[in-house]
Amino acid sequence: MTRALLAGLAVAAATGPLGCFVVWRRMAYFGDATAHAAILGVALALAFQISIFAGTLVVALVMAMVVSTLAGRGWAMDTTLGVLAHSGLALGLVAVSFLPTVRVDLSAFLFGDILAVSRADLGVIAAGSALGVGLMGWRWAALLTATLNEDLAHAAGIAPGRERMVLTLALAVVVAVALKVVGALLIAAMLIIPAAAARNFARGPEAMAVLAVAIGAAAVYGGLQMSLWLDTPSGPSIVSVAAAGFALSLALGAGLRALGR
Amino acid sequence: MSGADALIRAEGVSVRYRATPVLRGIDFAITRGEIVTVVGPNGSGKSTLLRALLGVLPPSAGRVTRARGLRIGYVPQRLHIDAALPLPVRRFLSLPRRQGASRIAAALARVGVPDVAGQDMGTLSGGQFQRVLLARALLAEPDILVLDEPTQGLDQPGVAAFYRLIEAVRGETGCAVLSVSHDLHVVMSASDRVICLNGHICCEGAPRVVARAPEYRALFGLGTGGALALYQHDHDHSHDGATAPSGAAR
Repeated sequence: MTRALLAGLAVAAATGPLGCFVVWRRMAYFGDATAHAAILGVALALAFQISIFAGTLVVALVMAMVVSTLAGRGWAMDTTLGVLAHSGLALGLVAVSFLPTVRVDLSAFLFGDILAVSRADLGVIAAGSALGVGLMGWRWAALLTATLNEDLAHAAGIAPGRERMVLTLALAVVVAVALKVVGALLIAAMLIIPAAAARNFARGPEAMAVLAVAIGAAAVYGGLQMSLWLDTPSGPSIVSVAAAGFALSLALGAGLRALGR
Repeated sequence: MSGADALIRAEGVSVRYRATPVLRGIDFAITRGEIVTVVGPNGSGKSTLLRALLGVLPPSAGRVTRARGLRIGYVPQRLHIDAALPLPVRRFLSLPRRQGASRIAAALARVGVPDVAGQDMGTLSGGQFQRVLLARALLAEPDILVLDEPTQGLDQPGVAAFYRLIEAVRGETGCAVLSVSHDLHVVMSASDRVICLNGHICCEGAPRVVARAPEYRALFGLGTGGALALYQHDHDHSHDGATAPSGAAR
């Protein structure tokens, strides 16, 4: 239980700031595509008997790069991502069914299995989250400038393409480690919901990132408690609590603005 | 314009957008302290030229060289800030490099919006927004200001005031100014040199020379002449008449 909580908190620490960029850059579907493709990574990892983390990381990275390249070439993003995300998921599910020797509990990968996090898993999750947070912290100002306007970034000597790659890399790493915690279908929720809730209070980009982490952490704690006492699946419970937090933030945010006037 | 000390120089630059040629055979140079304005009809490649000079778009032929360590202050044509991004003015001015509170206050005061530091970018009016963009460009202590239609959405007096501000800034800092505009009548007299663009450079030179050039008249017609004279008349009141002799347009 302590391990589950620590793993969840580590993931929340990374999905907070990353989710803010996903929301600011309107790439919610991008997170989805990367996460869905991770299932294909699971299948490949099982087939080649490499670590599941490595498999998902590689496939998530490839998917993120494909999407990011297509975005750079001006493709219609919603269609392209719709094709890629669901193809990745479907191919992954089909590929898993071809593995006769392994009895795979797919739902663990689709919805997460945070209670089964081992000591080694926790180490990988913590390292991956730290890497994601470190990348974003290191490039923060450049990322933010490139998010605002790519020409503006260019004029300031920042290469927007490179910043997009940094974000892509961070996203792939975080998706790969979060798979175990909330599962492929709900990773995007952990990216978007805490950031969206934080927007209702935050006055600046940094405050929004910190608040998103706090809200994500609260959702992890609340979700695990809910899972424990009501015997509900942990991943969906965490996301449900986050969603409740978002609803609350709407009401509180409106209240605060009314008071401010 | 063949000076060896050009801040940005383009030699035989062509740019394609996908398969379509947008610019061809552009030779261009801008030196310190010069105000150069690019005019041209919609779709003539004005913004493309700026983006090629900034290095955003790679040329398909020719080359662009920028002076080593060139500091560019860029004011984009449009800056859409997503509603999901809370961004106070003072934070915006610190992107990408942190700026102290006193420098931020000075820059905002210089562009005439001293009281907006704590406001969110989303709450600014069109005129305030453009001035904040300019303040941010100035904080970079630029060797050259690059302005892409910086007065879109401003009313006539607002546009004139904005260009007077640019001229004053050039006077104070000695930076070059490269702008793109279709506010012809305003920019003409505030420029040292005007480049008339339509896929290629149709004509260039001092504002009154360009205004009389047949290539320019073919693109813009004769109708702007009156407005040009009007503005120049205005302009003579507050500045020396060297670049804007009244009645020059007709």
